Amino acid sequence: MDFQSCVNIKKEWDIVGARQLGRDIAKKIGFGTVDQARIATAISELARNIYLYAGDGKVCFEAIEDMNKRGLSIIAIDDGPGIEELSQVMEDGFSTSGGLGAGLPGVKRLMDEFDIVSEQGQGTEIKVVKWLR
Amino acid sequence: MSTLKLDLENYKELLKEYIRTKDEQALYQAEQFSKHSMQHNISPEEIINIHVQALQEIYPEMPSDIQASMNFLLETMISYGLAYQEHQALREKQLELKSELSVAANMQKTLLSTVKPDFDGIDIGAISVPAKQMNGDYHHFVQDQEGSLGIAVADVIGKGVPAALCMSMIKYSMDSFPHKRMEPSVILESLNRVVERNVDSSMFITMFYGLYNSDDHKFYYSSAGHEPGFYYHHKDEKFSELDAPGLVLGVTPDAEYRQYVQTVEPGDMIIMLTDGVTECRQGDRFIEPEEVLEILEKHMHLPAQQMVEQVYKHFEKLQDFQLRDDFTLIVIRREV
Repeated sequence: MDFQSCVNIKKEWDIVGARQLGRDIAKKIGFGTVDQARIATAISELARNIYLYAGDGKVCFEAIEDMNKRGLSIIAIDDGPGIEELSQVMEDGFSTSGGLGAGLPGVKRLMDEFDIVSEQGQGTEIKVVKWLR
Repeated sequence: MSTLKLDLENYKELLKEYIRTKDEQALYQAEQFSKHSMQHNISPEEIINIHVQALQEIYPEMPSDIQASMNFLLETMISYGLAYQEHQALREKQLELKSELSVAANMQKTLLSTVKPDFDGIDIGAISVPAKQMNGDYHHFVQDQEGSLGIAVADVIGKGVPAALCMSMIKYSMDSFPHKRMEPSVILESLNRVVERNVDSSMFITMFYGLYNSDDHKFYYSSAGHEPGFYYHHKDEKFSELDAPGLVLGVTPDAEYRQYVQTVEPGDMIIMLTDGVTECRQGDRFIEPEEVLEILEKHMHLPAQQMVEQVYKHFEKLQDFQLRDDFTLIVIRREV
Protein backbone atom coordinates (compact mmCIF):
# COMPACT_ATOMS: atom_id res chain seq x y z
CA MET A 1 0.00 0.00 0.00
CA ASP A 2 2.97 2.35 -0.39
CA PHE A 3 1.67 3.84 -3.60
CA GLN A 4 0.36 7.34 -3.84
CA SER A 5 -3.10 8.12 -5.20
CA CYS A 6 -4.42 11.56 -6.02
CA VAL A 7 -7.73 13.21 -6.76
CA ASN A 8 -7.80 16.35 -8.89
CA ILE A 9 -9.95 19.12 -7.49
CA LYS A 10 -11.70 21.33 -10.02
CA LYS A 11 -15.39 21.03 -9.29
CA GLU A 12 -17.23 20.89 -6.00
CA TRP A 13 -18.11 17.28 -6.80
CA ASP A 14 -14.40 16.39 -6.65
CA ILE A 15 -14.47 17.09 -2.91
CA VAL A 16 -16.72 14.04 -2.51
CA GLY A 17 -14.36 11.98 -4.66
CA ALA A 18 -11.42 12.97 -2.47
CA ARG A 19 -13.34 12.10 0.69
CA GLN A 20 -14.32 8.72 -0.72
CA LEU A 21 -10.79 7.75 -1.74
CA GLY A 22 -9.33 9.04 1.53
CA ARG A 23 -11.88 7.12 3.58
CA ASP A 24 -11.27 3.90 1.63
CA ILE A 25 -7.53 4.14 2.22
CA ALA A 26 -8.06 5.03 5.89
CA LYS A 27 -10.33 2.01 6.31
CA LYS A 28 -7.73 -0.26 4.70
CA ILE A 29 -5.05 1.04 7.03
CA GLY A 30 -7.34 0.13 9.93
CA PHE A 31 -8.72 3.44 11.22
CA GLY A 32 -11.94 3.20 13.26
CA THR A 33 -15.22 4.93 12.50
CA VAL A 34 -14.51 8.12 14.44
CA ASP A 35 -11.06 8.60 12.93
CA GLN A 36 -12.43 7.86 9.46
CA ALA A 37 -15.00 10.59 9.94
CA ARG A 38 -12.32 13.00 11.17
CA ILE A 39 -10.03 12.22 8.25
CA ALA A 40 -12.92 12.70 5.81
CA THR A 41 -13.74 16.07 7.37
CA ALA A 42 -10.12 17.17 7.11
CA ILE A 43 -10.05 16.12 3.46
CA SER A 44 -13.25 18.10 2.82
CA GLU A 45 -11.70 21.17 4.34
CA LEU A 46 -8.46 20.89 2.34
CA ALA A 47 -10.27 20.12 -0.91
CA ARG A 48 -12.79 22.89 -0.40
CA ASN A 49 -10.01 25.42 0.15
CA ILE A 50 -8.55 24.41 -3.23
CA TYR A 51 -11.95 24.57 -4.90
CA LEU A 52 -12.83 27.98 -3.38
CA TYR A 53 -9.53 29.85 -3.41
CA ALA A 54 -7.24 28.20 -5.95
CA GLY A 55 -9.75 26.78 -8.41
CA ASP A 56 -7.43 23.94 -9.39
CA GLY A 57 -5.26 21.53 -7.47
CA LYS A 58 -5.06 18.01 -6.10
CA VAL A 59 -5.24 16.01 -2.91
CA CYS A 60 -2.92 13.00 -2.62
CA PHE A 61 -3.01 10.11 -0.16
CA GLU A 62 -0.31 7.79 1.00
CA ALA A 63 -0.24 4.98 3.53
CA ILE A 64 2.91 5.50 5.55
CA GLU A 65 4.96 3.64 8.11
CA ASP A 66 7.39 5.04 10.64
CA MET A 67 9.22 2.86 13.17
CA ASN A 68 6.33 0.71 14.29
CA LYS A 69 3.53 3.19 13.58
CA ARG A 70 1.26 3.15 10.60
CA GLY A 71 -0.60 6.13 9.33
CA LEU A 72 -2.12 8.12 6.52
CA SER A 73 -0.46 11.10 4.92
CA ILE A 74 -2.50 13.61 2.94
CA ILE A 75 -1.00 16.31 0.76
CA ALA A 76 -3.09 19.11 -0.75
CA ILE A 77 -1.34 21.09 -3.50
CA ASP A 78 -2.53 24.01 -5.60
CA ASP A 79 -1.05 26.75 -7.81
CA GLY A 80 -3.48 29.34 -6.53
CA PRO A 81 -2.77 32.82 -5.20
CA GLY A 82 -1.17 31.51 -1.99
CA ILE A 83 -1.87 32.72 1.50
CA GLU A 84 -0.48 36.07 2.52
CA GLU A 85 -1.09 35.98 6.26
CA LEU A 86 -0.38 32.43 7.37
CA SER A 87 -0.53 33.29 11.04
CA GLN A 88 -3.95 34.80 10.48
CA VAL A 89 -5.52 31.80 8.76
CA MET A 90 -4.08 29.56 11.47
CA GLU A 91 -5.74 31.62 14.16
CA ASP A 92 -8.84 30.26 15.87
CA GLY A 93 -12.00 32.08 15.01
CA PHE A 94 -10.56 33.76 11.92
CA SER A 95 -12.02 31.69 9.09
CA THR A 96 -14.83 30.20 11.13
CA SER A 97 -16.39 33.50 12.08
CA GLY A 98 -18.25 33.62 8.78
CA GLY A 99 -19.51 30.08 9.24
CA LEU A 100 -17.16 28.76 6.57
CA GLY A 101 -16.37 25.58 8.45
CA ALA A 102 -13.52 24.26 10.51
CA GLY A 103 -10.82 26.17 8.68
CA LEU A 104 -7.17 25.21 8.82
CA PRO A 105 -7.03 25.22 12.64
CA GLY A 106 -9.80 22.62 12.48
CA VAL A 107 -7.76 20.49 10.08
CA LYS A 108 -4.83 20.74 12.45
CA ARG A 109 -7.00 19.52 15.33
CA LEU A 110 -8.44 16.63 13.34
CA MET A 111 -5.01 15.32 12.36
CA ASP A 112 -1.82 14.55 14.28
CA GLU A 113 0.69 16.43 12.14
CA PHE A 114 0.26 19.56 10.10
CA ASP A 115 2.63 21.42 7.83
CA ILE A 116 1.93 24.28 5.45
CA VAL A 117 4.07 26.00 2.84
CA SER A 118 2.61 28.92 0.96
CA GLU A 119 4.15 31.65 -1.17
CA GLN A 120 2.16 34.51 -2.51
CA GLY A 121 1.50 33.88 -6.19
CA GLN A 122 3.05 30.42 -6.04
CA GLY A 123 0.34 28.34 -4.49
CA THR A 124 -0.01 26.38 -1.30
CA GLU A 125 1.05 22.95 -0.12
CA ILE A 126 -0.43 21.47 3.02
CA LYS A 127 0.73 18.14 4.40
CA VAL A 128 -1.12 16.39 7.20
CA VAL A 129 -0.66 13.01 8.87
CA LYS A 130 -2.90 10.88 11.02
CA TRP A 131 -1.33 8.02 12.94
CA LEU A 132 -3.10 4.79 13.74
CA ARG A 133 -3.39 4.29 17.49
CA MET B 1 -7.35 4.94 26.32
CA SER B 2 -8.09 2.85 29.39
CA THR B 3 -10.32 5.53 30.92
CA LEU B 4 -12.29 5.72 27.71
CA LYS B 5 -12.86 1.97 27.81
CA LEU B 6 -13.92 2.24 31.39
CA ASP B 7 -16.35 4.90 30.30
CA LEU B 8 -17.69 2.64 27.58
CA GLU B 9 -18.44 -0.04 30.17
CA ASN B 10 -20.03 2.59 32.34
CA TYR B 11 -22.03 4.04 29.47
CA LYS B 12 -23.25 0.61 28.41
CA GLU B 13 -24.47 -0.12 31.91
CA LEU B 14 -26.21 3.24 32.15
CA LEU B 15 -27.86 2.77 28.78
CA LYS B 16 -29.03 -0.74 29.67
CA GLU B 17 -30.37 0.52 32.97
CA TYR B 18 -32.29 3.31 31.29
CA ILE B 19 -33.74 1.12 28.56
CA ARG B 20 -34.94 -1.28 31.28
CA THR B 21 -36.36 1.20 33.78
CA LYS B 22 -36.93 4.44 31.78
CA ASP B 23 -36.10 5.99 35.05
CA GLU B 24 -34.95 9.54 35.91
CA GLN B 25 -32.06 8.23 37.99
CA ALA B 26 -30.35 6.85 34.86
CA LEU B 27 -30.95 10.11 33.01
CA TYR B 28 -29.36 12.03 35.85
CA GLN B 29 -26.34 9.78 35.54
CA ALA B 30 -26.27 10.45 31.80
CA GLU B 31 -26.04 14.13 32.64
CA GLN B 32 -23.12 13.40 34.97
CA PHE B 33 -21.50 11.36 32.22
CA SER B 34 -21.81 14.27 29.82
CA LYS B 35 -20.21 16.71 32.29
CA HIS B 36 -17.45 14.27 33.06
CA SER B 37 -16.79 13.87 29.33
CA MET B 38 -16.53 17.61 28.84
CA GLN B 39 -14.03 17.85 31.68
CA HIS B 40 -11.91 15.33 29.81
CA ASN B 41 -12.28 17.10 26.46
CA ILE B 42 -14.25 14.28 24.91
CA SER B 43 -16.01 15.57 21.81
CA PRO B 44 -19.57 14.69 20.75
CA GLU B 45 -18.55 12.30 17.98
CA GLU B 46 -16.72 10.16 20.54
CA ILE B 47 -19.84 9.94 22.67
CA ILE B 48 -21.81 8.83 19.65
CA ASN B 49 -19.16 6.27 18.94
CA ILE B 50 -19.47 4.96 22.49
CA HIS B 51 -23.24 4.87 22.06
CA VAL B 52 -22.96 2.86 18.85
CA GLN B 53 -20.54 0.40 20.43
CA ALA B 54 -22.79 -0.01 23.44
CA LEU B 55 -25.82 -0.58 21.20
CA GLN B 56 -23.91 -3.21 19.24
CA GLU B 57 -23.10 -5.02 22.45
CA ILE B 58 -26.61 -4.82 23.83
CA TYR B 59 -28.27 -5.65 20.50
CA PRO B 60 -25.92 -7.87 18.49
CA GLU B 61 -28.77 -8.35 16.01
CA MET B 62 -29.17 -4.62 15.34
CA PRO B 63 -30.23 -4.11 11.68
CA SER B 64 -27.35 -2.86 9.56
CA ASP B 65 -29.47 0.08 8.31
CA ILE B 66 -29.74 1.35 11.86
CA GLN B 67 -26.03 0.96 12.29
CA ALA B 68 -25.41 2.88 9.07
CA SER B 69 -27.67 5.64 10.32
CA MET B 70 -25.47 5.89 13.41
CA ASN B 71 -22.42 6.48 11.25
CA PHE B 72 -24.37 9.18 9.50
CA LEU B 73 -25.10 10.85 12.84
CA LEU B 74 -21.46 10.54 13.87
CA GLU B 75 -20.35 12.27 10.68
CA THR B 76 -22.68 15.20 11.30
CA MET B 77 -21.25 15.69 14.78
CA ILE B 78 -17.62 16.11 13.68
CA SER B 79 -17.99 19.85 13.04
CA TYR B 80 -19.68 20.36 16.37
CA GLY B 81 -16.75 18.60 18.01
CA LEU B 82 -14.37 20.95 16.26
CA ALA B 83 -16.38 23.98 17.27
CA TYR B 84 -16.27 22.73 20.86
CA GLN B 85 -12.50 22.37 20.77
CA GLU B 86 -12.14 25.79 19.22
CA HIS B 87 -14.34 27.20 21.95
CA GLN B 88 -12.08 25.64 24.59
CA ALA B 89 -8.98 27.11 22.93
CA LEU B 90 -10.57 30.55 22.69
CA ARG B 91 -11.59 30.37 26.31
CA GLU B 92 -8.05 29.66 27.36
CA LYS B 93 -6.90 32.56 25.24
CA GLN B 94 -9.46 34.80 26.89
CA LEU B 95 -8.22 33.85 30.34
CA GLU B 96 -4.71 34.66 29.21
CA LEU B 97 -5.80 38.08 27.95
CA LYS B 98 -7.65 38.74 31.17
CA SER B 99 -4.61 38.05 33.29
CA GLU B 100 -2.44 40.17 31.00
CA LEU B 101 -4.93 42.95 31.38
CA SER B 102 -4.89 42.77 35.13
CA VAL B 103 -1.10 43.01 35.07
CA ALA B 104 -1.47 46.08 32.85
CA ALA B 105 -4.06 47.55 35.20
CA ASN B 106 -1.70 47.14 38.14
CA MET B 107 1.06 48.73 36.15
CA GLN B 108 -1.20 51.63 35.32
CA LYS B 109 -2.03 52.06 38.98
CA THR B 110 1.66 52.36 39.77
CA LEU B 111 2.34 54.65 36.82
CA LEU B 112 -0.49 57.03 37.53
CA SER B 113 -0.32 56.95 41.29
CA THR B 114 -0.39 60.33 42.95
CA VAL B 115 0.09 61.21 46.57
CA LYS B 116 -2.51 63.33 48.26
CA PRO B 117 -0.42 66.09 49.83
CA ASP B 118 -0.77 67.39 53.37
CA PHE B 119 -1.43 71.09 53.49
CA ASP B 120 -1.85 73.23 56.55
CA GLY B 121 -5.35 74.60 56.68
CA ILE B 122 -6.63 72.64 53.69
CA ASP B 123 -8.49 69.35 53.87
CA ILE B 124 -8.25 67.22 50.75
CA GLY B 125 -10.24 64.16 49.71
CA ALA B 126 -9.82 62.19 46.48
CA ILE B 127 -11.27 59.00 45.01
CA SER B 128 -10.96 57.48 41.55
CA VAL B 129 -12.54 54.16 40.63
CA PRO B 130 -12.42 52.60 37.14
CA ALA B 131 -15.57 51.11 35.61
CA LYS B 132 -13.54 48.39 33.90
CA GLN B 133 -10.08 47.14 34.71
CA MET B 134 -8.26 50.11 33.26
CA ASN B 135 -9.01 53.65 34.40
CA GLY B 136 -9.65 56.31 31.76
CA ASP B 137 -9.88 59.00 34.43
CA TYR B 138 -6.82 60.63 35.84
CA HIS B 139 -6.10 62.97 38.68
CA HIS B 140 -2.84 64.31 39.90
CA PHE B 141 -1.58 66.52 42.71
CA VAL B 142 1.51 68.70 42.30
CA GLN B 143 3.01 70.64 45.14
CA ASP B 144 5.48 73.38 44.31
CA GLN B 145 8.16 75.03 46.43
CA GLU B 146 6.20 78.24 46.74
CA GLY B 147 3.39 76.63 48.69
CA SER B 148 0.87 76.08 45.93
CA LEU B 149 -1.08 72.98 45.15
CA GLY B 150 -1.82 72.03 41.54
CA ILE B 151 -4.68 69.64 40.90
CA ALA B 152 -5.44 68.04 37.55
CA VAL B 153 -8.55 66.01 36.75
CA ALA B 154 -8.83 64.51 33.30
CA ASP B 155 -11.08 62.16 31.39
CA VAL B 156 -10.41 60.39 28.12
CA ILE B 157 -13.56 60.04 26.06
CA GLY B 158 -13.62 56.30 25.67
CA LYS B 159 -12.76 53.62 28.15
CA GLY B 160 -10.47 50.67 28.57
CA VAL B 161 -6.99 50.10 27.23
CA PRO B 162 -6.75 52.91 24.64
CA ALA B 163 -7.92 55.45 27.21
CA ALA B 164 -5.42 54.13 29.72
CA LEU B 165 -2.53 54.35 27.27
CA CYS B 166 -3.52 57.91 26.52
CA MET B 167 -3.55 58.80 30.20
CA SER B 168 -0.05 57.48 30.75
CA MET B 169 1.13 59.88 28.07
CA ILE B 170 -0.61 62.83 29.73
CA LYS B 171 0.95 61.96 33.04
CA TYR B 172 4.47 61.87 31.61
CA SER B 173 4.02 65.14 29.78
CA MET B 174 2.95 66.76 33.02
CA ASP B 175 5.92 65.28 34.84
CA SER B 176 8.23 66.81 32.29
CA PHE B 177 6.96 70.34 32.92
CA PRO B 178 9.26 72.59 34.98
CA HIS B 179 8.75 72.31 38.69
CA LYS B 180 8.20 75.96 39.33
CA ARG B 181 4.73 77.33 39.63
CA MET B 182 2.76 77.14 36.41
CA GLU B 183 -0.51 78.80 35.64
CA PRO B 184 -3.44 76.50 34.76
CA SER B 185 -3.92 78.17 31.37
CA VAL B 186 -0.26 77.63 30.46
CA ILE B 187 -0.40 73.99 31.51
CA LEU B 188 -3.48 73.31 29.42
CA GLU B 189 -1.98 75.07 26.42
CA SER B 190 1.19 72.97 26.63
CA LEU B 191 -0.74 69.75 27.10
CA ASN B 192 -2.98 70.65 24.21
CA ARG B 193 0.06 70.78 21.92
CA VAL B 194 1.30 67.41 23.18
CA VAL B 195 -2.07 65.76 22.66
CA GLU B 196 -2.58 67.36 19.27
CA ARG B 197 0.77 66.01 18.07
CA ASN B 198 0.60 62.54 19.59
CA VAL B 199 -2.94 61.31 19.87
CA ASP B 200 -5.27 60.03 17.21
CA SER B 201 -7.87 62.65 16.31
CA SER B 202 -10.72 60.33 17.23
CA MET B 203 -9.66 60.46 20.86
CA PHE B 204 -10.65 63.36 23.07
CA ILE B 205 -9.25 64.32 26.41
CA THR B 206 -10.86 66.82 28.74
CA MET B 207 -9.06 68.33 31.70
CA PHE B 208 -9.77 70.65 34.57
CA TYR B 209 -6.68 72.18 36.10
CA GLY B 210 -6.71 74.16 39.33
CA LEU B 211 -3.99 75.88 41.31
CA TYR B 212 -4.56 76.63 44.97
CA ASN B 213 -2.32 79.28 46.46
CA SER B 214 -2.19 78.64 50.18
CA ASP B 215 -0.66 82.06 50.92
CA ASP B 216 -3.52 84.23 49.77
CA HIS B 217 -6.14 81.45 49.41
CA LYS B 218 -6.86 82.14 45.80
CA PHE B 219 -7.90 79.32 43.48
CA TYR B 220 -6.95 79.71 39.81
CA TYR B 221 -8.52 77.37 37.29
CA SER B 222 -8.93 76.62 33.60
CA SER B 223 -10.76 73.90 31.81
CA ALA B 224 -10.37 72.09 28.51
CA GLY B 225 -13.95 71.04 27.85
CA HIS B 226 -14.10 69.22 31.16
CA GLU B 227 -17.18 68.52 33.26
CA PRO B 228 -17.70 71.68 35.36
CA GLY B 229 -16.89 71.34 39.04
CA PHE B 230 -18.76 72.91 41.94
CA TYR B 231 -17.90 75.55 44.46
CA TYR B 232 -19.48 75.66 47.90
CA HIS B 233 -19.83 79.08 49.55
CA HIS B 234 -19.76 78.42 53.27
CA LYS B 235 -21.14 81.83 54.21
CA ASP B 236 -24.25 81.61 51.98
CA GLU B 237 -24.49 77.82 52.26
CA LYS B 238 -24.83 77.67 48.49
CA PHE B 239 -23.28 75.77 45.59
CA SER B 240 -22.28 77.38 42.33
CA GLU B 241 -20.84 75.85 39.19
CA LEU B 242 -17.10 76.09 38.54
CA ASP B 243 -17.24 76.34 34.79
CA ALA B 244 -14.47 77.62 32.58
CA PRO B 245 -15.35 77.25 28.92
CA GLY B 246 -12.48 75.88 26.81
CA LEU B 247 -11.84 73.50 23.92
CA VAL B 248 -11.10 69.81 24.63
CA LEU B 249 -7.41 68.92 24.31
CA GLY B 250 -5.94 68.02 20.93
CA VAL B 251 -8.43 69.61 18.55
CA THR B 252 -6.27 72.47 17.25
CA PRO B 253 -2.60 73.12 17.95
CA ASP B 254 -3.04 76.72 19.11
CA ALA B 255 -6.00 76.55 21.47
CA GLU B 256 -5.97 79.14 24.24
CA TYR B 257 -7.46 78.70 27.67
CA ARG B 258 -8.89 81.43 29.82
CA GLN B 259 -8.01 81.41 33.47
CA TYR B 260 -10.45 82.20 36.23
CA VAL B 261 -9.88 82.99 39.86
CA GLN B 262 -11.92 82.43 42.99
CA THR B 263 -11.05 83.64 46.47
CA VAL B 264 -11.51 80.83 48.93
CA GLU B 265 -13.03 81.83 52.28
CA PRO B 266 -12.78 79.63 55.37
CA GLY B 267 -15.20 76.69 55.11
CA ASP B 268 -15.49 77.04 51.33
CA MET B 269 -15.13 73.91 49.22
CA ILE B 270 -13.86 73.17 45.71
CA ILE B 271 -15.32 70.06 44.09
CA MET B 272 -13.72 68.61 40.99
CA LEU B 273 -15.11 65.55 39.25
CA THR B 274 -15.54 63.60 36.04
CA ASP B 275 -18.74 62.81 34.17
CA GLY B 276 -18.77 59.39 35.83
CA VAL B 277 -20.19 61.27 38.82
CA THR B 278 -22.68 63.56 37.13
CA GLU B 279 -23.83 61.00 34.58
CA CYS B 280 -24.64 58.28 37.05
CA ARG B 281 -27.62 56.28 36.02
CA GLN B 282 -30.32 54.70 38.04
CA GLY B 283 -31.73 52.08 35.72
CA ASP B 284 -32.29 53.98 32.46
CA ARG B 285 -32.60 57.35 34.12
CA PHE B 286 -29.71 59.80 34.33
CA ILE B 287 -29.61 61.47 37.72
CA GLU B 288 -30.34 65.19 37.93
CA PRO B 289 -27.50 67.61 38.72
CA GLU B 290 -29.37 68.65 41.89
CA GLU B 291 -29.11 65.09 43.14
CA VAL B 292 -25.31 65.26 43.02
CA LEU B 293 -25.41 68.45 45.07
CA GLU B 294 -27.85 66.91 47.53
CA ILE B 295 -25.57 63.96 48.11
CA LEU B 296 -22.54 66.22 48.46
CA GLU B 297 -24.40 68.34 50.97
CA LYS B 298 -25.53 65.31 52.90
CA HIS B 299 -21.95 64.20 53.54
CA MET B 300 -20.40 67.64 53.86
CA HIS B 301 -20.00 67.44 57.61
CA LEU B 302 -17.40 64.66 57.22
CA PRO B 303 -13.65 65.14 56.71
CA ALA B 304 -12.94 65.51 52.97
CA GLN B 305 -11.61 61.97 52.41
CA GLN B 306 -14.53 60.34 54.20
CA MET B 307 -16.88 62.62 52.33
CA VAL B 308 -15.71 61.53 48.84
CA GLU B 309 -15.77 57.88 49.92
CA GLN B 310 -19.33 58.14 51.21
CA VAL B 311 -20.49 59.94 48.06
CA TYR B 312 -18.90 57.21 45.97
CA LYS B 313 -20.59 54.52 48.04
CA HIS B 314 -23.92 56.20 47.52
CA PHE B 315 -23.62 56.29 43.73
CA GLU B 316 -22.14 52.82 43.56
CA LYS B 317 -25.19 51.49 45.34
CA LEU B 318 -27.51 53.59 43.20
CA GLN B 319 -26.06 51.87 40.11
CA ASP B 320 -26.34 48.39 41.58
CA PHE B 321 -22.57 48.19 42.10
CA GLN B 322 -21.94 48.29 38.35
CA LEU B 323 -20.18 51.50 37.37
CA ARG B 324 -20.86 52.49 33.77
CA ASP B 325 -18.10 55.05 33.65
CA ASP B 326 -14.91 55.75 35.55
CA PHE B 327 -15.67 57.76 38.68
CA THR B 328 -13.37 60.48 40.03
CA LEU B 329 -14.21 62.98 42.75
CA ILE B 330 -11.92 65.44 44.51
CA VAL B 331 -12.87 67.75 47.36
CA ILE B 332 -10.66 70.58 48.65
CA ARG B 333 -11.87 72.46 51.68
CA ARG B 334 -10.36 75.42 53.39
CA GLU B 335 -10.59 74.68 57.05
CA VAL B 336 -12.50 77.08 59.27
